[in-house]
Amino acid sequence: VGQGPLNEDAVMTIESLLLQADVGIEATETIIETLQAKLKEEALPPEEAIAYLKTILQDILDQPLQNQNNDDFVPEKDTFNIWLVTGVNGAGKTTTIGKLAHLTQKSGYNCIIAAADTFRAAAVEQVKVWGERTNTPVIANPGKNTDPAAVVYDAISAAKSRNSELLLVDTAGRLQNKKNLMDELAKIRRIISKQAPEAKIESLLVLDATLGQNGLRQAQVFSEAAQLSGVVLTKLDGSAKGGVALAVAQQLNLPIRFIGVGEGIEDLRPFSSYEFVEALLNG
Amino acid sequence: MFDALAERLEDAWKKLRGQDKISKSNIQDALKEVRRALLEADVNLQVVKNFIAEVEKEANGAEVISGVNPGQQFIKIVYDELVKVMGESNVPLAQADKAPTIILMAGLQGTGKTTATAKLALYLQKQQQTCLMVATDVYRPAAINQLLTLGKQINVPVFEMGTDANPVEIARQGIEKAKELGVDTVLIDTAGRLQIDQDMMAELAQIKETVQPHDTLLVVDAMTGQEAANLTRTFHEQIGITGAILTKLDGDSRGGAALSVRQVSGQPIKFVGVGEKVEALEPFYPDRLASRILNM
Ligand SMILES: Nc1nc2c(ncn2[C@@H]2O[C@H](COP(=O)(O)OP(=O)(O)OP(=O)(O)O)[C@@H](O)[C@H]2O)c(=O)[nH]1
Ligand SMILES: Nc1nc2c(ncn2[C@@H]2O[C@H](COP(=O)(O)OP(=O)(O)OP(=O)(O)O)[C@@H](O)[C@H]2O)c(=O)[nH]1
Ligand SMILES: [K+]
Ligand SMILES: [Mg+2]
Ligand SMILES: [Mg+2]
Repeated sequence: VGQGPLNEDAVMTIESLLLQADVGIEATETIIETLQAKLKEEALPPEEAIAYLKTILQDILDQPLQNQNNDDFVPEKDTFNIWLVTGVNGAGKTTTIGKLAHLTQKSGYNCIIAAADTFRAAAVEQVKVWGERTNTPVIANPGKNTDPAAVVYDAISAAKSRNSELLLVDTAGRLQNKKNLMDELAKIRRIISKQAPEAKIESLLVLDATLGQNGLRQAQVFSEAAQLSGVVLTKLDGSAKGGVALAVAQQLNLPIRFIGVGEGIEDLRPFSSYEFVEALLNG
Repeated sequence: MFDALAERLEDAWKKLRGQDKISKSNIQDALKEVRRALLEADVNLQVVKNFIAEVEKEANGAEVISGVNPGQQFIKIVYDELVKVMGESNVPLAQADKAPTIILMAGLQGTGKTTATAKLALYLQKQQQTCLMVATDVYRPAAINQLLTLGKQINVPVFEMGTDANPVEIARQGIEKAKELGVDTVLIDTAGRLQIDQDMMAELAQIKETVQPHDTLLVVDAMTGQEAANLTRTFHEQIGITGAILTKLDGDSRGGAALSVRQVSGQPIKFVGVGEKVEALEPFYPDRLASRILNM
């Protein structure tokens, strides 16, 4: 990065880096403009210009949490929490549920899982394996292609009668352009509010870090149907950077809560904008 | 039909009005718009660079046909090049001289391998071929169960040895079983794996070495971003693929990953997945995908 405002080479380098991380062309341009504006104000040596670029990126990611003081994202103790886990097909929802069950059980929460993917082959069996691994009861409907909203309804009752502190709801993968499936999700979301008005509800979108620009579209549509409150970014153990999360944080004001870094039970980490940005810019 | 991109090209092409040839100097703004469109469609940056260079070569010196909007004429060049690069349509599955034909499925986690295995089996069955599916994913919870359930749905037998067996051994015995049953085609489902996971890639290489497949199909999610090029490169270098299946095209992603996969591997995209159901498999049409990538 040059001494004065960025020269063409520096712009090209930064642009390539961001584009190859799936940040997207629009967000990339905005980021570079912000950096240029800063450099017009004051000439920065290269290291400081890079540091400033990192600040820009981190600010984007931290912005959604601006008015919240607890940065540890955990279920509220001695309260009924419901975490709804949503996303497109194969993103890593069920695995994330398993990891979350493990994490919360370990921290002493009384947790329960609703197997509300009643559609995909062996989806219930899959979540049941995670239930066994984590010692977490799984509420499922033995029938095939049953109404997932009914499973959620049953699971809320079960959670209440067991005095559970956390109900994790696994949902079927759905592409955001499938209206009927998004309506189904909206119905699930409504039932949660209605059946558990006292509960603290988190509605999480699982985004695959390998995703390109469609991730933004996903966040937009799921946001409406499921009243999203946060994002889980999975598969960051691969070489993909998950840059679309920047656009998601910026445009939808959604905080990223966890990252998935493997297929194992322990492979879930709290999100750190610092680490994310370091990984994104370090090739 | 070329509306979205054409509109954006308008300004770029004002320069060209009154000129009779497309040249290096008057084409630059238009190329920038194409670059932007491809990046928005998730085509890999390096692949975009190569493609743009090709288009520039192709367009350079072309006569501006009088009466035709030069923007339209230029987009036609881009579109044709895209179709050309994306390869032939309807490349069939490999067929062994002597049964069984062996098809190996590979790819990252969650791309749709298991579903595509069942889809292909159903597709072959409709062509009066008999199939066996082999469950070598011993890692993902209930992966075997998933394939068994799909097998039941389409009435195709599944060979499995539980989750304690070695995937290479399961694949080997699966082929034995296929020969014993005398089926026409055996499809081997494998666990999802990251291309940077050396142990898992070595396992896949060993499965391939052991079963000597006639077709090795990389299953790629159409929503994949820049990573499509990297993963294709590594799978092709380390395993050697003979084709690809692009899944989840029923979504609204632009599908630029297809261009990356094709450019990097040189191998054809044989089928596309267009839904969660086992029937939702279609042959690949390069012209349709070209339109989709250009948002037309
Ligand atoms: N490498 C890696 N793989 C992951 C991660 N999270 C999930 N996976 C894998 O991704 C695949 C899909 O994960 P699932 O949890 O079944 O995804 P899902 O969103 O529930 O899928 P559907 O219910 O079919 O829509 C599985 O093979 C998981 O093991 C992660 O953080 N890293
Ligand atoms: N909408 C849609 N969903 C698909 C398509 N192909 C697969 N899926 C869904 O994508 C998810 C993952 O599919 P799988 O077949 O389990 O993927 P996989 O590659 O075997 O996953 P792993 O074995 O965990 O690596 C499931 O929810 C499938 O129903 C498709 O073409 N369209
Ligand atoms: K990564
Ligand atoms: Mg699932
Ligand atoms: Mg599978």
